[in-house]
Amino acid sequence: MSPRLRLGLIIFGVLFSLTIIGPYFAPSPTEIVDPRASGALPPGSRRSLVYRTDGTVLAAERVVQYRDFVKIVRQGKQELIPTAEVGKVEDRLFVLGTDALGRDVLARALHGGRVSLAIGTLALAATLVVGISLGLLAGWSGGLVDSLIMRAVDALLAVPMIFFLLLLAAVFRPSLAALVLVLAASAWMGVARLVRGQVLSLKEREFILAARGIGASPVRIAVTHLLPNALTPIAQDGALRLGDLVLTEAALSFLGLGVQPPVPSWGNMVAEGQDLLAAAWWLTFVPGVAVVVTVIAAALVADGLSELSRKRGISAA
Amino acid sequence: MFLWTLRRAAAGVVIVWLVATITFTLVSLAPGDITQTTAEQRVPAAARERWRHDFGLDRPWPARYAAWLGASLRGDLGTSWAYHRPVTSLLGEVLPNTALLASLGLILELVGGIAVALTQIRRPHGHADRALTAATLTAYAAPTFLVGLLLLYFFAFRLPIFPPSHMHSPAGELYRGWPRFVDLLHHLALPVVAIGVTGIGAVARYLRGSLLDERMERYVTAARARGCSEARVVWAHALPNAALPLITMIGMSLPFLVSGSLVVEVVFAWPGMGQAMYEAALARDVPLLMGGTVVATVAVVVGNLVADLAYAFVDPRVRL
Repeated sequence: MSPRLRLGLIIFGVLFSLTIIGPYFAPSPTEIVDPRASGALPPGSRRSLVYRTDGTVLAAERVVQYRDFVKIVRQGKQELIPTAEVGKVEDRLFVLGTDALGRDVLARALHGGRVSLAIGTLALAATLVVGISLGLLAGWSGGLVDSLIMRAVDALLAVPMIFFLLLLAAVFRPSLAALVLVLAASAWMGVARLVRGQVLSLKEREFILAARGIGASPVRIAVTHLLPNALTPIAQDGALRLGDLVLTEAALSFLGLGVQPPVPSWGNMVAEGQDLLAAAWWLTFVPGVAVVVTVIAAALVADGLSELSRKRGISAA
Repeated sequence: MFLWTLRRAAAGVVIVWLVATITFTLVSLAPGDITQTTAEQRVPAAARERWRHDFGLDRPWPARYAAWLGASLRGDLGTSWAYHRPVTSLLGEVLPNTALLASLGLILELVGGIAVALTQIRRPHGHADRALTAATLTAYAAPTFLVGLLLLYFFAFRLPIFPPSHMHSPAGELYRGWPRFVDLLHHLALPVVAIGVTGIGAVARYLRGSLLDERMERYVTAARARGCSEARVVWAHALPNAALPLITMIGMSLPFLVSGSLVVEVVFAWPGMGQAMYEAALARDVPLLMGGTVVATVAVVVGNLVADLAYAFVDPRVRL
């Protein structure tokens, strides 16, 4: 395994485990903590959260409990609250700060990452299923079926994709599932073209002819002979495409056409933070860096796989 | 080759028609229309109906489609519902703005990308190469909106040396001649860099790989054996071959000059095609959406055709 492939896979492993397991331990991404006192706290801030019996939460810099009342220092001012009105007091460290509404940015980044990565991965899966089946079909059957599929691919590739996505997203106001389908609809053509090319080059090889000769069904040939031989280029293409899909989802959500608030995603977190860019850089920086790291990991995996196939090509020659 | 071009052009016309038809169908069949997106809730139902009648929205969509197709074949793209102005004149206004921004971005991306790749290739796997590899990977992976926002933060707010948005300063509309040009350049700087940065990453990453491959080829060894200088080997022998696929890339980027970078236009409030389409999609302004889609699709088809022709022209091995 090349170092790049290993590094890419490690980053992916960390990202996926953080976003899958992380949200169970993180506070709720929609919980609003005392907007007035904890709005847009910088990373590393520590506050004592005073939960009052009427349901409100105060984020205090300092809390001293006495017998009959609790003294809190909030935004530099002292306040006294009768003990009877205080439910519980809890210290919290806002590792990545809070946003303008007083929501925990780390919690939102973890939950948002789960949404962004899930959409990217599912869209990739849908892209691969559609692209591989149509590519196999076109390459294997040839003739009219092949022409029809490939002309459809040409036509769709000629659509300016960003407009197409814009149109679909604006017109259909996508739910998360629709967003996955919309993204897949814009990405499967490349996979179909790649798989068709692979099938065409493998089709006339002896082992395929032999398999046909002993009467193997087309499905069996596709699954046991064609796909395993085309795996590396497909995986390489898929890795790059995952990066693209994550970027596209982020761009759509940034434009307000993808994941809709209050559900967080890395793209809409950047959009929500952009107005406070000068005052609270972490709101755009944190989700932005998360996207960059994801796409870097995707590119490293793709690079590693292409190194791998090149080495194999040289040793086989 | 002439026949080939003719056939490709015919196929292109079919593709544009297909795309237009699919788009029209999608927009027409989706729930909701412009009267619901832009009208106030207070507008009485009768007025809303009259409005829909004026736009022809009360007719079945095949009839609307036929009318739209007939008119556009005569070169009339209709009147925008949101702006109440002919679509062709609206597009004529935003297209040059987009083309200006996108072409400068494209030039920066190519020149920068080639320069970076050539620097890296001087000592492959050396310190400079490694640092630049990391840098280009990061640039490639950065979402354009993030780059745009960072540029805004550092060079428009922290260090206010560039204007944050629009094509001209408020007073700039009054300038003429040289001051107007300088004002325009001043406004262009940040959006062009935003487009260029991510592009440089992609071009340099691609070109570095193919230059490394070319250096293993025998013609490079032969050139070295003849006593060519290293500079000549790279510039006259390896680069032209490594850059061949770049021609396809440039051809593929031609549509970019028309559709532009939507995200960058939105971030920097650049009055271009992307902005116009973004607003048209939100407002369900069907004539403007259709006009923009057709123009952009034509650009894609022409771009691909030009790329293939150019490829055949510079690479004699390719026959059309």
